[in-house]
Amino acid sequence: MEHLDLTIIWAGIIGFAVFAYVVMDGFDLGIGILFPNLSVGGERDQAMNSIAPVWDGNETWLVLGGGGLFAAFPLAYAIILPATYPLIIAMLLGLVFRGVAFEFRWRDPRHRPFWDVAFSFGSVLAAFSQGITLGAILQGVRVEADAYAGGWLDWLSAFSLLTGAAVVIGYALLGAAWLVWKTEGPGQERARRLAFWLGGATLLALFAVSAATPFLTYDYWRRWFAMPGVLLTAQVPLLVAICAATFFWSLKRGAERLPFIMALGLFFLGFVGLGISIYPYVVPRAVTIWDAAAPPQSQLFMLAGAAVIIPIILGYTAWAYWVFRGKVGTHGYH
Amino acid sequence: MIENLDPVILARAQFAFTVSFHFIFPAFSIGTASYLMVLEGLWLKTGSGVYANLYRYWLKIFAVAFGMGVVSGVVMSYQFGTNWSVFSAKAGPVIGPLMAYEVLTAFFLEAGFLGVMLFGINKVGRGPHFFATCMVAVGTLISATWIISVNSWMQTPAGYAINAKGQFVPAGSWLPIIFNASFPYRLVHTVIGAYLTTAMVVGAVGAWHLLRDRANPGARKMFSMAMWMAALVAPIQILAGDQHGLNTLEHQPTKVLAMEGHYEASPEGASLILFGLPSNKDAVVHGKIEIPYLGSLILKHDPKAPLPGLNDFPRDRWPPTPIVFWSFRIMVAMGLAMLGLGLWSLLARWRGKLYDWRWLHRAALALGPSGFVAVIAGWVTTEVGRQPFTVYGLLRTAESHSPLAAPAVAASLVAFILVYFGAFGAGTYYLLRMMAKPPAAGEPEPSKVPQRAAGITPASGVVASTGREA
Repeated sequence: MEHLDLTIIWAGIIGFAVFAYVVMDGFDLGIGILFPNLSVGGERDQAMNSIAPVWDGNETWLVLGGGGLFAAFPLAYAIILPATYPLIIAMLLGLVFRGVAFEFRWRDPRHRPFWDVAFSFGSVLAAFSQGITLGAILQGVRVEADAYAGGWLDWLSAFSLLTGAAVVIGYALLGAAWLVWKTEGPGQERARRLAFWLGGATLLALFAVSAATPFLTYDYWRRWFAMPGVLLTAQVPLLVAICAATFFWSLKRGAERLPFIMALGLFFLGFVGLGISIYPYVVPRAVTIWDAAAPPQSQLFMLAGAAVIIPIILGYTAWAYWVFRGKVGTHGYH
Repeated sequence: MIENLDPVILARAQFAFTVSFHFIFPAFSIGTASYLMVLEGLWLKTGSGVYANLYRYWLKIFAVAFGMGVVSGVVMSYQFGTNWSVFSAKAGPVIGPLMAYEVLTAFFLEAGFLGVMLFGINKVGRGPHFFATCMVAVGTLISATWIISVNSWMQTPAGYAINAKGQFVPAGSWLPIIFNASFPYRLVHTVIGAYLTTAMVVGAVGAWHLLRDRANPGARKMFSMAMWMAALVAPIQILAGDQHGLNTLEHQPTKVLAMEGHYEASPEGASLILFGLPSNKDAVVHGKIEIPYLGSLILKHDPKAPLPGLNDFPRDRWPPTPIVFWSFRIMVAMGLAMLGLGLWSLLARWRGKLYDWRWLHRAALALGPSGFVAVIAGWVTTEVGRQPFTVYGLLRTAESHSPLAAPAVAASLVAFILVYFGAFGAGTYYLLRMMAKPPAAGEPEPSKVPQRAAGITPASGVVASTGREA
């Protein structure tokens, strides 16, 4: 009994870490995706400055997601990573490019155009790989005797490419909404226009993925459309509609913060939707969270620390964001 | 052609490549973070501008090195799963939580306060800023503690049981797992190694500028501080290394015997083989130069103490002796060179010539990279010395790898090599370029500097590019 509780708690913690990663690195990857659309000089510098103090912390959630999966669900970690091997490597290399560009572009003004391209390319590559990974997990991987048993290109399908594109579009939306919040002047105007279009594109992508998912397997179909569950699951699209309407309305009215919050809301609902589809599997239709769980001693040992430390982390992360609150300006922080 | 390559060899090559590259950055940033903490503390205490200038000077360098450490570190957290999935599934319940604690207690701490440390001096005031610097420095040390606990558990596993799925699980308390037999020795040896690495870099940068301008106050201060570190810490490091070696002899005898090149047992006391070419195939060290009894004196602190040989152990438990033998010698040579530099600097200091002896400065400059060479060589010694096991004595490397396809591993290995040499090569070039600029004597105090303090940060680039002052 205790085991069962711990496993659900850990699934929740890892879900939280992944979600925290998606929204936090989502907006800073999104800025990388949008970078080619920003004008060289003030707009790009402004965008970069708005994330320079926080990107490292944002990316740490990815390490917690991976590290937490390794610790709490070692079997899932050992199956998913070999199954998505090229994607993970591509994501990591993308993150290398964009991560070093933060400092390098300032250190070497002559080659700044090159590092800007590296920043953008790395961001798109990382986001696209993450999206395809999501699709690959959703469509299922071949597992035999607790190990991945498929080939190294099994993840490639129309569906996974769709989820890849969806994540790129979604991150770009987060990035644009973040810039609306943090910047001013012509840069903000451009971000607002981009956010408008990206909002539409994100909804389209969300719709396409949502429509395709139930056709992957009958399980997903039943999960979403069978009575009485449908009464509950139907709330998700309803809330998406409310979020989307508020997003466009606030954007039109010139609001600065609300569009970003609504974009987060859309991501949250998408995330809940994924949870509804997948639960209680961690590798869909092959390994449940209980199959993959580390023994209770391991989970309990980590929980003792996580329960204390995660709130502290959230505390000082909030402080760091608060220190750099307000408009970023065209020449750094004042 | 790729199909014929052994994916396990490729996966090992890839892991070795990514982790070796990664290790360079923390080895430097652990020491640099602490150095920055000391500099800022001294600045707050004395109000002396030279410390403020040095703080800003090294902060710029730290920012670039730390960024590279972060991105190469993110790679590592996934390499375990991509390349060593069987190891991950089996050892995950034991080492996974330790690594999760590293993320929770160290990575977030460093990342959370790094932004304020780099960009926040004029936003939060001196006190909170110093606090942020301390948190980053402490974070690097906490990080080292956990990851070395993990590494040490793989060397000297303890406190585990094996469950029905064949996984290592904690047998009861976590304390014997965390504080396994080799952990304290390895931790001390590694952290001191990181401090020495930084000291050698700081000393070399100071020496470089002293060679050009003996009067530069920043160059004098950093050179003096670095030489104190070398003189005081290099001897401690040698003692710590000796203790670490005794511990290894007790728990991983094959590793020490490979380091020493002893195939034959020495019942009457072992010699110290200085040089030679060990061959596992012939079970002999070709062309060896040795000093009688010294081996036993070092390893047992008794010249006549008997020592076993690799021949006393089954061949399928031997590590690749030539690698271990030579990497160990490289590390020791670097350590002795650092010790020599430290003693030389003491002599110069005593004579009042610390800033005048050109050859001392040239030697310090030449030894700038010695710390990196030493930590990589030492790390190769301990990791290759653990072979042919991932969990020493219990799980073989050959049984730890992922179900991998050669083309995927080969392609990603090539990609890693290209990207790492490109990106980190550029970063190293930028670091060297920053180090080549002398610490300016006349920079204003940070508190009076508009926003992100004169060139500490990207903002200097913004000011330059927009031509505006804040």
